[in-house]
Amino acid sequence: MESATIRFSGDSGDGMQLTGTQFTNTSANFGNDISTFPDFPAEIRAPAGTVPGVSGFQINFSTHDIHTPGDRPNVLVAMNPAALKANVADLEDGGLLLINSDAFTKVNLKKAEYEVNPLEDGSLDRFRLIPMALTELTHRAVEPTGISKKEADRCKNFFALGIMYYLFDRNLELSLTWIDKKFGKVPDIKEANRLALLAGYNFADTTEIFADAYQVPAANLKKGNYRSLTGNQAVAMGFITASKLAGRPLFYGSYPITPASDVLHELARHRHFGVQTFQAEDEIAAVCAAIGAAYGGHLALTGTSGPGICLKAEAINLAVMTELPLVILNVQRAGPSTGMPTKTEQSDLLQAMYGRNGSSPCVVLAPATPGECFTFAIEAFRLATKYMVPVFLLSDGYIANGAEPWRIPNEADLPKFEITYAESQENFQPYSRNNHLARPWAVPGTPGLEHRIGGLEKAHLSGNVSYDPGNHQLMTDYRAMKVRNIREDIPGLEIYGDPEAETLLVGWGGTYGALFTAVQNQNKQGKKVAGAHFRYINPFPANTAEVLARYKRIVVAELNEGQLDFLLKAQFNIQTHTLFKVQGKPFMVREIIDFLNAL
Amino acid sequence: MAEATLTKKDFQSDQIVRWCPGCGDYAILAAIQSVMPNLGVPKEKIVFVSGIGCSSRFPYYMNTYGFHTIHGRAPAIATGLKLSNPDLQVFVVTGDGDGLSIGGNHLLHVLRRNIDVKILLFNNKVYGLTKGQYSPTSDLGFKTKSSPMGSLDQPINPIRIALASEASFVARTYDANIKHMTETFEKAAAHKGSAFIEILQNCVIFNKDVFNDIYERDVRSDHMVHLEEGEPLVFGAESDKGVFLDGFSLKTGSLEAPPAGQLLTHQPNQESPIYANLLAAMEYPQLPLPVGVFRKVPRPGYEAGVQGQIAQARTKQPDDSLQTLFHSGDTWEVK
Ligand code: SF4
Repeated sequence: MESATIRFSGDSGDGMQLTGTQFTNTSANFGNDISTFPDFPAEIRAPAGTVPGVSGFQINFSTHDIHTPGDRPNVLVAMNPAALKANVADLEDGGLLLINSDAFTKVNLKKAEYEVNPLEDGSLDRFRLIPMALTELTHRAVEPTGISKKEADRCKNFFALGIMYYLFDRNLELSLTWIDKKFGKVPDIKEANRLALLAGYNFADTTEIFADAYQVPAANLKKGNYRSLTGNQAVAMGFITASKLAGRPLFYGSYPITPASDVLHELARHRHFGVQTFQAEDEIAAVCAAIGAAYGGHLALTGTSGPGICLKAEAINLAVMTELPLVILNVQRAGPSTGMPTKTEQSDLLQAMYGRNGSSPCVVLAPATPGECFTFAIEAFRLATKYMVPVFLLSDGYIANGAEPWRIPNEADLPKFEITYAESQENFQPYSRNNHLARPWAVPGTPGLEHRIGGLEKAHLSGNVSYDPGNHQLMTDYRAMKVRNIREDIPGLEIYGDPEAETLLVGWGGTYGALFTAVQNQNKQGKKVAGAHFRYINPFPANTAEVLARYKRIVVAELNEGQLDFLLKAQFNIQTHTLFKVQGKPFMVREIIDFLNAL
Repeated sequence: MAEATLTKKDFQSDQIVRWCPGCGDYAILAAIQSVMPNLGVPKEKIVFVSGIGCSSRFPYYMNTYGFHTIHGRAPAIATGLKLSNPDLQVFVVTGDGDGLSIGGNHLLHVLRRNIDVKILLFNNKVYGLTKGQYSPTSDLGFKTKSSPMGSLDQPINPIRIALASEASFVARTYDANIKHMTETFEKAAAHKGSAFIEILQNCVIFNKDVFNDIYERDVRSDHMVHLEEGEPLVFGAESDKGVFLDGFSLKTGSLEAPPAGQLLTHQPNQESPIYANLLAAMEYPQLPLPVGVFRKVPRPGYEAGVQGQIAQARTKQPDDSLQTLFHSGDTWEVK
């Protein structure tokens, strides 16, 4: 087998995220390339046993380079009827369906709105159905520890994990060590989880429920040290790295919001790097505190998701006007208003571009993979501090929670950037500009630079309040030009896929994995397709017009109703074919291929 | 080195002051500028952060660092500034609309965190800059362009809001008395932690002389009581009247023939906020309006707490190299 996709699904209290993460780490350690997609309900504990309460974790692991968590699972683990109902439509025909038959009680069937027990009505015949009394088996396995029935119930995810480890011929060592560490303080629980894991593994082995264990050999990844990283972890690590590289402390102002809160948690753990995390009273205070810290000379960051950006808009404009360096992380989620907080989408691009009063240019960046969240966190601060401008970093729920192996960089290979503050001088001009149009960063506490800034229009050079018509035009032009000129300071748009292609598949941000895989797949079929993926959206790379002009047909695919498409058409006057999706789910590779084939 | 000989003039900026002639803001500005040289803080370490409104123009007139921010958010911006640079002496300038309406939430939180900023809330009981709408401190029935039949909004008392927010320093002063303002500002600047100062301010255009009944020279001694630490609450032109506590209520009476109850002695340092709240509830004309320091208690500062946690984390994990950061968690090698 070259690659396999497993989805663990169960009630949100069943520990499926944990099980998936364990399988991921073990497979990554084994040397597979991996890509994951956790999918969980917004409520921490939606009503147990119901479809809205189902939590899933999908992992694709492979002996090749992979870029997506896989369209359809080959193996589905369903811990209860609701999990089956929510996920079975995705399982490939002939796929392996492992079911906890103990959970298929009358009550649970009713909660999942099954009229007839699907284990009995033949509706699952097209799969390799393996019902197992997981609850019962787990209870028996952990009996020696004497823990309560309720506690024993909670071990069944490890039993299921043990079965999967056997099926894919994985080593148990990493998970056993993890259990030791995690439950070291509660010996009987530790023992119970160990027993459950081992029992699952041995059960699969001795009962020969599976004809064979599958082998997914290690991938041929580039030499080096690796760890598995989600986009949220990567972005946090990138910000800390930026702070180390710049030699300035990081300040993170944030208010809890799904799916960005993990960044707050991650940064809060790193106080020993001098990181200050400030959990503000609201989204507005979070960005304002960051602006205060930027004024004070720190690397200032605020992070949130779409609804939080709405609240921050006025303050972001203050940073535009006062030309202070500010990085704004938006881990995008689905829908307007509260929408679908745990689901992914790319519909805040135009908000980042235009969602403020007046002409308000900000830099907009969008990392394409979990790993790129690291590099773009650094890039965001490099640009913000060099150009004295707010920078949006648009991640999304999909890459924020998805993991992939990340090759640990050498410090020497990391980008360098230097920060310079204005020094004491006579006749200081707070709105003078250097050759890339940035104004000086004058930090309070510096003698002789006392000056006033604010949201009112500033006079060129002096920074005094100005209502002069010509000055307003000049300052508006400066702010726009400053951002536009950044295209000379960023890499050009690269093309992947068939060099002779006439069709160019274009996307941005977190959809890269699916788009790339679709192009690869098309090329294998001999189809002349190439791809281009935007990580820099404002400004677009300098060669964008030239690249787009080379292709007969341009296909724009994005998880919204055409926001990049709108920008490209407005700036480059092109015709496009469009593939838009807003279902709270990432693209499936199949969807893209089908679309390309139908053109 | 701080220049030892700074004068009031050093703190005046070159900008033309644009408040209406006769506005109370002029006196407040003069008082602040005269206090600055006495703080013992070099000019470059002083920052004025303001929101939006007439009062929030203040930073432009100070020759210090200044940040004229957005409506209501000055406390949040000042918080970030102080956290990044705890050495600075930061003043927040706000008004009754900016601080109690649109920015009410931030005022509450900056005070409860005890961020070391000095908040000057200019209370003129009206929106000035937007041309005269009623504000959160306007009296019931106050007629304005936006309340032609009178305001229906129950007014709030800034001092009580500050006390409810656990402010560690709470004071009231008034624009008609430069000396009182100066003394109050100096006390606030000397306090470690948040200081909240309500300044009664006369908006001559939209709420002219609203405080005259209280603080005009000829009525002042009868209609106000000046709070002095350790002194009895005595007022009147002849200092012949006092404030007495009788059961749960306060009343006034002559010192010569005192009424039932106990003459209060001012104790702003009490840990319990009950006493300060009692004073805060005193409103003219039922009782004389108290001015001075209501409450002044030591409380741990937030900035120090943040720095303390960073130091503690560094002791526990002295290694802050990037390689260690990158290798935290499970890693594996591909050969
Ligand atoms: S409108 Fe009122 S508060 Fe504003 S400057 Fe004029 S007098 Fe002063």
